[in-house]
Amino acid sequence: MIGRGAACALGVVLWMAGSALAATADHGKFEELQGPFASGEDVTRACLSCHTEAARQVMATRHWTWEYENPADGSKLGKKTMLNGFCIGDRSNEAFCQSCHVGYGWEDDSFDFSAEEKVDCLACHNTGGYTKLSGLAGHPAYERMEWPPQSGKFVEATDLARVAQHVGSTSRKTCGTCHYYGGGGDGVKHGDLDSSLNAAPRELDVHMAQDGLNFACSDCHQAEEHKVPGSRIAMTAADPHGPLVRGQKSERNPATCQSCHGDKPHKESLLHAGRLNAHTDTLACQACHIPGFARGGVPTKMGWDWSTAGRMDQNGKPFQKKDDKGHVIYDSRKGDFVLGENVVPDYLWFNGKVTYTTADTRIDPSAEVAINTFHGGPGDPDARIWPVKIFHGRQPYDVEHRTLLVPHTATPDDTAFWYNFDWPKALAAGAAATGQPYSGKFDFVATRMIWPITHMVAPKEQAVACHECHSRDGRLAGVEGIYVPGRDGLPLLHTAGWLAALAALAGVLIHGALRILTHYRGK
Amino acid sequence: MNEHRPVRRIYVFKRYERFWHWSQAVLIVFMMLTGFEIAGAYENFGFRRAVEYHTLTAWALLVLWAFTIFWQFTTGEWRQYIPTLKKVDAMVRYYAWGIFRGAPHPYHKTALKKHNPLQRLAYLALLAVVSPVIWVSGLFYLFYAWWGDYGVDRWLELEWVATAHTAGAFMMLVFFIVHVYLTTTGHTVFAHIKAMITGWEDEEPEGDPARSGRSLQGDDDPARIGMP
Repeated sequence: MIGRGAACALGVVLWMAGSALAATADHGKFEELQGPFASGEDVTRACLSCHTEAARQVMATRHWTWEYENPADGSKLGKKTMLNGFCIGDRSNEAFCQSCHVGYGWEDDSFDFSAEEKVDCLACHNTGGYTKLSGLAGHPAYERMEWPPQSGKFVEATDLARVAQHVGSTSRKTCGTCHYYGGGGDGVKHGDLDSSLNAAPRELDVHMAQDGLNFACSDCHQAEEHKVPGSRIAMTAADPHGPLVRGQKSERNPATCQSCHGDKPHKESLLHAGRLNAHTDTLACQACHIPGFARGGVPTKMGWDWSTAGRMDQNGKPFQKKDDKGHVIYDSRKGDFVLGENVVPDYLWFNGKVTYTTADTRIDPSAEVAINTFHGGPGDPDARIWPVKIFHGRQPYDVEHRTLLVPHTATPDDTAFWYNFDWPKALAAGAAATGQPYSGKFDFVATRMIWPITHMVAPKEQAVACHECHSRDGRLAGVEGIYVPGRDGLPLLHTAGWLAALAALAGVLIHGALRILTHYRGK
Repeated sequence: MNEHRPVRRIYVFKRYERFWHWSQAVLIVFMMLTGFEIAGAYENFGFRRAVEYHTLTAWALLVLWAFTIFWQFTTGEWRQYIPTLKKVDAMVRYYAWGIFRGAPHPYHKTALKKHNPLQRLAYLALLAVVSPVIWVSGLFYLFYAWWGDYGVDRWLELEWVATAHTAGAFMMLVFFIVHVYLTTTGHTVFAHIKAMITGWEDEEPEGDPARSGRSLQGDDDPARIGMP
C-alpha cells in the first residue's frame, strides 16, 4: 500500500507549500538558507542577516530572560528563579529545563545573554522536523544520538537547512511544544493547555478548532516586536470595554475575550441578553464559557506528592505505576500524582494580581503553603470571579530556615535525584545552585498553586448552565460577596415564611374540621 | 339545574371580572411555583426555565393589571375595595364562632357590595402592602441588569430586593391558602367558586340557621337543593 504514509507525506508537503505561498517570500529560495548548518547558532546568523532586529527584540522578552518583575509587589519572578509545585525549580536543572528556552546553550550561569546568535529562531518558527531535546540546553540533536540517555531509543540528526527553509508563523504546535508540556509532561501544569489543542474539535475549543476558526495562539496573543501579550503572572482579569476595532491603537491587552467580543456580547435572546450581559460585571467570560478543563483526553496533574519519591521495586529498581488508562500515577523519580480529566474548575475573585512564594519567602509549614496567591475580592472594580485549577503539592522545604527547596533532579550526575534517589544530596546541590542557605534538615510540606483557566472555550451551547451556579451546592458555593439567587436567601426568612404558610394551612384545616364536626353534631 | 329555584340569584361577578380573577389566579399560582424555585426552595423546571417563565408571567400579569385598572375605573367597580370597619367585628365573630353554630352570614351580599368588610380589608392589605412589596422588589429584580446604568447599585443591594420579594411571596402564599379556604364558607361549599365561574350567586335568606347549617353538605346533596 502506498496509502497512508504517502498521502500523509503529500499532505505535509502541500501544506508546507501552501503556508509558504501565503507569504511573499519563499524561504526555500534564499541562498542564505541553503546550508548546510552545523548548529542552531549558524541558522540564527543566517536569519539575522535579513531580520536584523529580531534577536534584539527577542532578547528583550521573558522568553529570553526568564526574568520578570511582578508589577503587583516588585518581586523578582520569571522561570529562572520561580518555584512551583511540579518540577519545583529550574536552577541546577538548566540543561534539562532550558530545552524550552528560546536560545542555545544555557546550561549554567556562564550563558551569555547578549550573544545574538544564541537566540533560537526555529523554536517558534519551525513548521516541523525540529525538536529541542531536554538535556541539551536548548539545542536540537545535531547528529544521530541515543535519547533519552540509556533508553536504547535514538533520534536522528536535525536537518537544519530543511527546517530553516520552511520557517513560518508560530502555530499551536510550536507554542505548545513548551506551553503544553510545562511541569514535565503533556497537560501537567495548566489544565487548559495540552496537545489535544493541536487537533482540537469544536467542542474542545471554539477558537482553535481545526474544523472551525483554527486560531493560532498568536491570533489572540498578538505579538509586537516579539513581545507576546498575556501573562498568568499579571493578568487582565477584567476588561470592561467594547471590542477593539481592527487597526485601533490601544494599550489594552489584545488577548482578552473582550478585546474581540466586547464586554456585553450576549445578544440572542431578549429574555436573557440583558441579564447575561449584567453577569459580566461579576464574572469573567471564562467562568461560564469554560465548563471544564483537561477536556481533550489529556489528564492534568491536580496533585503531586514528592515525599513518596524514591521507592524501589523488589529488584531495587525505580518503577512507575499506571492507572487504568495507562497514565502514570507513581514514578520513583517524582512521587505520587493525582490526575484529573474533565475537571470542573474552582472559582474565586481575581483582579489579575498574583503574588508568589519565592525561594527566600519564610513559610508556615503547619498549613498548606500557597505558592501563589490570587488577589482581589468582591467590590474590587478590577476583579471578576474566575475559574481556576487548584493544584495541591507536597514538596521539600528546609525545616530550619523554613523555605521551600529546589532539588537538583534532572541532569545526570552524582547528585541528581532522578539518578541517585538521594534527597540530601539533591537538595544540597539544588540549594547550592539557587544560592539559598540550606540547613541540611528537610521535610515535606503541603503546598497549593492556582492556575487561571482561560483556554478550552466551549461552544456557547455548552456554556455552564444557570442552575450550576444558581443552586445551593453549585459551582459558586464557596464564592463570597455576591447574592446568587437560588443559592442564597435568608434562611430565617425562608423558615418564617414556610412556618407562616404552614400555620395558615393548619388554621384553615382545623377551622374546616371544626365546621364539619359541629355540623354533624348539630344534626 | 333547577328550574324552580326558590332562592333569588344575583349577578355578582361580571364577565371581565371573572376572566381577570381566573387568569390572575393561574398567573399567580404559576409565579409562586416558579418564584419559590428561583429562591432555591426546590427544583422543578430548572433555574433557567423558572426564571424565563417567571419573567414572562410577570409581564403577562402587568398587562392584565393594566387592563384591570382601566376596567375598575371605567366601571366604578373600584369602589368595591373601599375599606370599611363596619360589621368587621361581626365577620370576625362569624368566622370564629357563628359558622360552627350554623349562624347566618352577617353580610348581605349585593351586586353593588360584593365584598364583605373582612374581604375589603384583606384585599386592601393585598393591594396596599403585599402587591407593592412584590411589584416594587420584583421590578427592581427584573431590571437588575440596568442598575449600573442608573446608579441604582450605589444604594441598593440585590440581597435586600430578593429578601423583600421573597417575603412578599410568602405573604401571597398565606393569602392564597386562606383565600382558597374561605371560598368554601359560602352557604354551600362551592357556592362562592360557582359564583366566580358563572357570575351568579344564590342569595341566602337571612336568619335561617337550619338551612345554612347544612351548607357544608355541598351542591351534590339533593335534599338541600330548592329548600326554602
